[in-house]
Amino acid sequence: MKCDIILAGVGGQGILSIATVLGYAAVESGFYLKQAEVHGMSQRGGDVQSNFRISDKPIFSDLVPKGKADLIISVEPMESLRYLPYLSETGWLITNTSPFKNIPDYPDEEKVIAEIKKQPRHIAIDADAIAKEVKNPRGMNMVLVGAASVFMDLDYELMKKGIEVIFGKKGQEIVDANIAALNAGREFSKKNK
Amino acid sequence: MSKKRMLLLGDEAIAQGAIDAGASGFYAYPGTPSTEIMEYAQHSKFAAERNIHRTWSANEKTAAEGALGMSYAGKRAMAMMKHVGLNVAMDPFVNSGITGANGGMIYTVADDPSMHSSQDEQDSRILGKFALIPILEPSSQQEAYDMVFHGYQLSEKYMTPVLMRITTRLAHSRAGVEVRDAISQNDLKLPEDKRQFVLLPAIARKRYKVLLENQKNFLAESENSVWNKYLDGNDKSRGIIACGLAYNYLMENYPDGCPHPVIKLCQYPAPENMIKKLVEECEEVLVLEDGMPMVEADLRGLLDRDVKVKGRMTGELPRDGELNPNLVAASLGLEMKEGSPVPEIVKPRPPKLCSGCGHADMYNAINEVIKGKYGDGHVFSDIGCYTLGALPPYQSINSCVDMGASITMAKGAADAGLFPSIAVIGDSTFTHSGMTPLLDAVIDKNNIIVFIADNSTTGMTGGQKSHAEGRAVEIVKGLGVHPDHIRTIVPIRKNHEEFVKIIEEELEYDGVSVIIPQRECMVTLAQKTRAAKKK
Ligand SMILES: Cc1ncc(C[n+]2csc(CCOP(=O)(O)OP(=O)(O)O)c2C)c(N)n1
Ligand code: SF4
Repeated sequence: MKCDIILAGVGGQGILSIATVLGYAAVESGFYLKQAEVHGMSQRGGDVQSNFRISDKPIFSDLVPKGKADLIISVEPMESLRYLPYLSETGWLITNTSPFKNIPDYPDEEKVIAEIKKQPRHIAIDADAIAKEVKNPRGMNMVLVGAASVFMDLDYELMKKGIEVIFGKKGQEIVDANIAALNAGREFSKKNK
Repeated sequence: MSKKRMLLLGDEAIAQGAIDAGASGFYAYPGTPSTEIMEYAQHSKFAAERNIHRTWSANEKTAAEGALGMSYAGKRAMAMMKHVGLNVAMDPFVNSGITGANGGMIYTVADDPSMHSSQDEQDSRILGKFALIPILEPSSQQEAYDMVFHGYQLSEKYMTPVLMRITTRLAHSRAGVEVRDAISQNDLKLPEDKRQFVLLPAIARKRYKVLLENQKNFLAESENSVWNKYLDGNDKSRGIIACGLAYNYLMENYPDGCPHPVIKLCQYPAPENMIKKLVEECEEVLVLEDGMPMVEADLRGLLDRDVKVKGRMTGELPRDGELNPNLVAASLGLEMKEGSPVPEIVKPRPPKLCSGCGHADMYNAINEVIKGKYGDGHVFSDIGCYTLGALPPYQSINSCVDMGASITMAKGAADAGLFPSIAVIGDSTFTHSGMTPLLDAVIDKNNIIVFIADNSTTGMTGGQKSHAEGRAVEIVKGLGVHPDHIRTIVPIRKNHEEFVKIIEEELEYDGVSVIIPQRECMVTLAQKTRAAKKK
């Protein structure tokens, strides 16, 4: 088992919550994990990425080599494209389609979606809308975890457990809302892959 | 021994390592990528139980000296900083090599190759070598943790400070770390030689000889270090020296083992015998090191000694920037297929001020008065969130060099005849290195305006406590700025006219004016509001 993931988004969108849930499931499964994060300057609304690697064998590099990522999970559509050089020949691009526009020259949305659809293996999911549908407007990140779960050799029940552990302090309602988001994302991928 | 595993950032592993290895004090000024060492120690319940000192220092120099004082008193201490912080701490750093340590003393310095969040990518190993002290460079989070124990032992064995050099990648990458049972802290114990730390020339000369004498011991420690390994390989057409993290990038490319002999180099001074063996056995030597080509340059020497050395200086690897598995693969002549290129429509997304940040209101006022009437080129700035005022839509500032430089550069430019000459500095940067520059300007009665953007925090690095909090005005008064020309204002849109008026009035005054826009950082304000709601 080996899964190399690039997590992408914009500073402040909380991509690390994705890593936390996946990390919980990976560690509980006894896998090795390395996760390079971005702290500092770029967090102020700039592009951010995290290299997330899990494996049943020891991992050397903290960075995913270009051309070796099994998954790109992006919470923002244009950001998903920034990391295409990392995606392997068999890798999947999983991205939110709701744009985060904080630059004046943000490209035409349709062109961004067209580039995503050019990718032979992609899941383009309006995670913001789905999160709202399951009455968890802040659950966009968990929708994407669910969407990615279909492509990972990682116990789905452990992902749910991860959500329980991480959001437990905030109460059962929040836990349930996030699990609903997770499930909705997973269903979407199953139907659209 | 307990076998507890924790998922830790490299920074956190070092903090946990120091707590478990009996450190009594952490001393630091924030700076990406080293900040999380102190933050982890501050949040650690265990550190609290052990009553470990772990509050922020005013700057890296005071941090280094605080740690040295704790070492003088016989206890284990750690001073942490980013690479450019070591420049600020250079005086105590180099001279502590000569005084030596009493209790174990480690400087942890985090370099930032590729300048993810910095003004330069200097290599602290070179400064460690300059100070003639042992250097540890972990290749993993686990090594980072274990090396703290080793570092304190080494430090106390030879009564020397030790440098732990990490880079952004390790500092901010998380992995499983097996932690050990904690050992107890040292008791208070003064140095046996009560003049050890008195660097009067007569004593300093003796102490320097002790340090020089110790070099052979440091070298022997490196030759026998568990962190330095000679890993043999059959293919002697090339030998490889892989320093710190570069070892991982090498092995990433050879998952089934490297065919060439490899030295994994994680403790310095570089082990000469080990390297001699590699050079003798192999046709050429490729050096992989993050940062500057230090080992490579040493190996090559000034004169060509018939050793074929390859690396950053010969173009096998780029001269600047962080290493990664792909660059290392290319240097090894291995092919690695990249994914598809980034589509052209993808635009850069530079960082920016948070919406509602008071710095924006300050720049709007400055632009209206200064840029509007005198043109671009009058505003010296400094390092912090407000440096983003260099980018559109503001484009207000003309310098960002090192912490504190805004005020002294404005002073120097005023000396040269520039009018108006303006400085913009953050509150934390002001107490870090801005107070003495302001004193220079006061003494010389310079005609400058200094803006101290007081948001009650150290914003850029994530909202650490600022030493200026609640005392900026008093400090400025104490430094001798005339009270009539210390002006405060709340930087919000509705105060724009008033702000503009204040600047115009101070332009009329021939002397040092200090304008202090005061409004809390949006991020720390939101954190506080959230915390208050919870209660
Ligand atoms: C010598 C040195 N130490 C630390 C840093 C890292 N650093 C950059 S900006 C900054 C803090 C700025 O705080 P402040 O001046 O209050 O401005 P703010 O970010 O809050 O606007 C720090 C610690 C640095 N660049 N150089
Ligand atoms: S973190 Fe604070 S100081 Fe920095 S840009 Fe945001 S609001 Fe402004």
